[in-house]
Amino acid sequence: MAETNGTTNGAVLDIPQTYVGTRTVRPDGVDKVTGRARFAADFNLPGQLVGRVLRSPHPHARIISIDTSKAQALPGVKAVITRDDFADQASELIPAGEMMMNYRDVVRNVMAREKVLYEGHAVAAVAATSVAVAKKALKLIDVKYEVLPHVIDVVEAMNPSAPVLHPDLFTAGVEPKPDKASNVAKRIEIAIGDIEAGFGKADVIVEREFNTAPVHQGYIEPHAALATVSEDGTAEVWVTTQGHFIVRAHCARLLGMDISKIRVTASEIGGGFGGKTVVYLEPLAVALSRKAKRPVKMVMSREEVFKASGPTSGANIRVKLGASKDGKFVAGYAELRYQAGAFPGSPVQPGVFCAFAPYDMENVKVVGYDVVSNRPKVAAYRAPGAPISEFAVESVVDEIAKKLDIDPVELRLQNAAREGTKAAYGPKFGPIGLTETLHAVEKTNHYTTPLQPWQGRGVASGFWFNIGGETCASLTVNEDGTVSLVAGTPDIGGLRASLAAVAADELGVPYEKVRPIIGDTGSIGFNFLTGGSRSCFSGAMAIVEAAKEIKADLCRRAAKLWDCKPEDVEFSHGAVRAKGAAAGKHTPMTVADCAKVAGKTGGPIGGTGRINAQGAGPSFGTHLVDVEVDPETGRVTILRYTVAQDAGRAIHPSYVEGQFQGGAVQGIGWALNEEYIYGKDGKLQNAGFLDYRMPVASDLPMIDAILVEVPNPRHPYGVRGVGETPIVPPMAAIANAIEQATGVRFTELPMSPPKVLKALRERGLNTREALRSGNGKNGHGKNGH
Amino acid sequence: MARVVLVGNLAQLTGGVAELDLPATSVKHLFALLRERYPDIGPHLEEGIAVAIDGQIYQDSLLEPIEPASEVFLLPQIAGG
Repeated sequence: MAETNGTTNGAVLDIPQTYVGTRTVRPDGVDKVTGRARFAADFNLPGQLVGRVLRSPHPHARIISIDTSKAQALPGVKAVITRDDFADQASELIPAGEMMMNYRDVVRNVMAREKVLYEGHAVAAVAATSVAVAKKALKLIDVKYEVLPHVIDVVEAMNPSAPVLHPDLFTAGVEPKPDKASNVAKRIEIAIGDIEAGFGKADVIVEREFNTAPVHQGYIEPHAALATVSEDGTAEVWVTTQGHFIVRAHCARLLGMDISKIRVTASEIGGGFGGKTVVYLEPLAVALSRKAKRPVKMVMSREEVFKASGPTSGANIRVKLGASKDGKFVAGYAELRYQAGAFPGSPVQPGVFCAFAPYDMENVKVVGYDVVSNRPKVAAYRAPGAPISEFAVESVVDEIAKKLDIDPVELRLQNAAREGTKAAYGPKFGPIGLTETLHAVEKTNHYTTPLQPWQGRGVASGFWFNIGGETCASLTVNEDGTVSLVAGTPDIGGLRASLAAVAADELGVPYEKVRPIIGDTGSIGFNFLTGGSRSCFSGAMAIVEAAKEIKADLCRRAAKLWDCKPEDVEFSHGAVRAKGAAAGKHTPMTVADCAKVAGKTGGPIGGTGRINAQGAGPSFGTHLVDVEVDPETGRVTILRYTVAQDAGRAIHPSYVEGQFQGGAVQGIGWALNEEYIYGKDGKLQNAGFLDYRMPVASDLPMIDAILVEVPNPRHPYGVRGVGETPIVPPMAAIANAIEQATGVRFTELPMSPPKVLKALRERGLNTREALRSGNGKNGHGKNGH
Repeated sequence: MARVVLVGNLAQLTGGVAELDLPATSVKHLFALLRERYPDIGPHLEEGIAVAIDGQIYQDSLLEPIEPASEVFLLPQIAGG
């Protein structure tokens, strides 16, 4: 068994790379375009029941009582569950996407206990023989509430007079420990240098306050789970998730089951983006099935997805940046206030770390606050926390560029983090590619194309750490020389194609002969979830280890067949070859040749990589966007968009470009339209795609993707994670472009038509005279800046 | 001895000491030395700490070696979406 402690310090491998770096046909493509691919809601079992959830109509209320007797008596109802079906959990922190989450909170989030903390909070669930019976049963459940005052906005939630969600929540990270509970779960701070001295040296200082709206990950496939629990207590679950091993662990913990008794299969996934790193329906489906002794299938409606699954934080940010007259950033300060939703655990920590990460600065201080409010508990969303803080900082960087009359790309280049730069959060960066991405956009035709009135061009950079983590993957050489590849992290962005290419190159077999699948939790060792831009990075490392095991085994077998010393055999260029004293005496054996005699040389051939992958390389990106503002409606149209990002090495360029494009598009939605809109009653008013406006293909130009490849020296193929960084720069890039088009600096997201129109009106920019003269600000001068 | 820097709120658990020199030879050894000197930090070392050794961030990697001249940062674990 190949095992490492994750310390493999791999250089880029010296093996023929026939498939790595090429645009191989995706192995899941045919099933997806023909409709055969099975998403979670496509799974069915004989005798299955329909599961439905009763959700709170109140944003904040104490639960006085829950009477399920009438529902239980309804013909066709086979099980009803409430808080009483889940044992309370002790306080214990666990990784949950980008942050730590507390099991005490998880059990309260999947099923409310003492209080409901947001509209849509689960209060009870039923399993019934039909949808109609299930819906009727929900109406028969009598919940008595004591309605409490609520608070949604993050700044209001921090007010000492705000309704307190958790009477036992005392702000951590402040001295002395507060004696009064509040909604501020945590204060965090990082600091390097001396910001007062730094600002004292500044020739120009820009300070601004920003606000961002809560936005949802917006995956097309709703949460869904099918669970069946046998009379012997073993369970099987089919679910859409970014981490089926995590689903298994959470279900086992929340329901008091052995992990070995739960087998979870990850379906094809219709988007996750971080939002499917936690559990909602899964423990309910298992609990209902255990009680009903029949399979139970649960599928969220779109309204439930919006109201009860994790969006990311809305936030309030204050940023101050100082620079010398020649453009050197001398000090930066930021205060970040992030909504966590109903329970502590917003992504403010990475927001704090990332805020000034793209820049080489001596004096930085960032303070963050994790704040609970009566909204769904936030879940990870691509580079969680970073888009918010970097939106604010990158907007201010643009203002500094304008004040100093320095090209915004040149200003960023002047201050950019490079290898050896000490990040504001501590460590020095290794080889990174920020400057390469800046140079890449600078060289584009896009950057120099003239702009028209009411058009503007914006640029912004972004950073994300990336991670590795526990990963297991296996390769089995079949009797005919084909290869079965089993990975354990759900494929949300091209994992199967990427790992198959690595396996094909490692073993010297045709790509088409490698069949990759995502194994269930019973068929492969533990894998941390797909998140943190880790699955291709870590999975490729595990495949390399698995292939090493196979190649070593084949060499041992060949040495015995050839009656030569093991050191006289090597695996190179896709075959076992004799060398040294045995050189030229034996015909090389390919993997297929070895497979033919596997039974006679020791049995099945296979290898497994089991690693805790370390050595993730950060990824930086720079985005360039042209917009046009309609002064009569306030609508902002994206005219042209270019993404340049350091991928380290693009195993599958099309998928990497797809990540760049997808991240940019989600960022465009975040910038221009998406927001959770609450009424004064604390209820979400736009829980559907008609009113929660996400970009669609017809809203957008083709997103140009530029692959920058600065290899990660800690990965055998040089890979860096790529999935998260591309959502970081769009909001600032677009705000900077709109500023250039209109002269108005927008500090609040989304920059939706009503807000843009209002701002133009307030400044008299959309008067008839202004419109007639084309008197919007526009791209003038070099590069439109 | 390795130069050890505690990032963010961790220094609140060491009486405000944010930088110190420790003869740590591995992450496991580093955690033991920190626990010995500052008992309050113990539980936090179990709750998701990343360790950056000479610029490279390690997570859940107790056996990672630390050299005498290493610069080590302790910071909260990082994951993602």
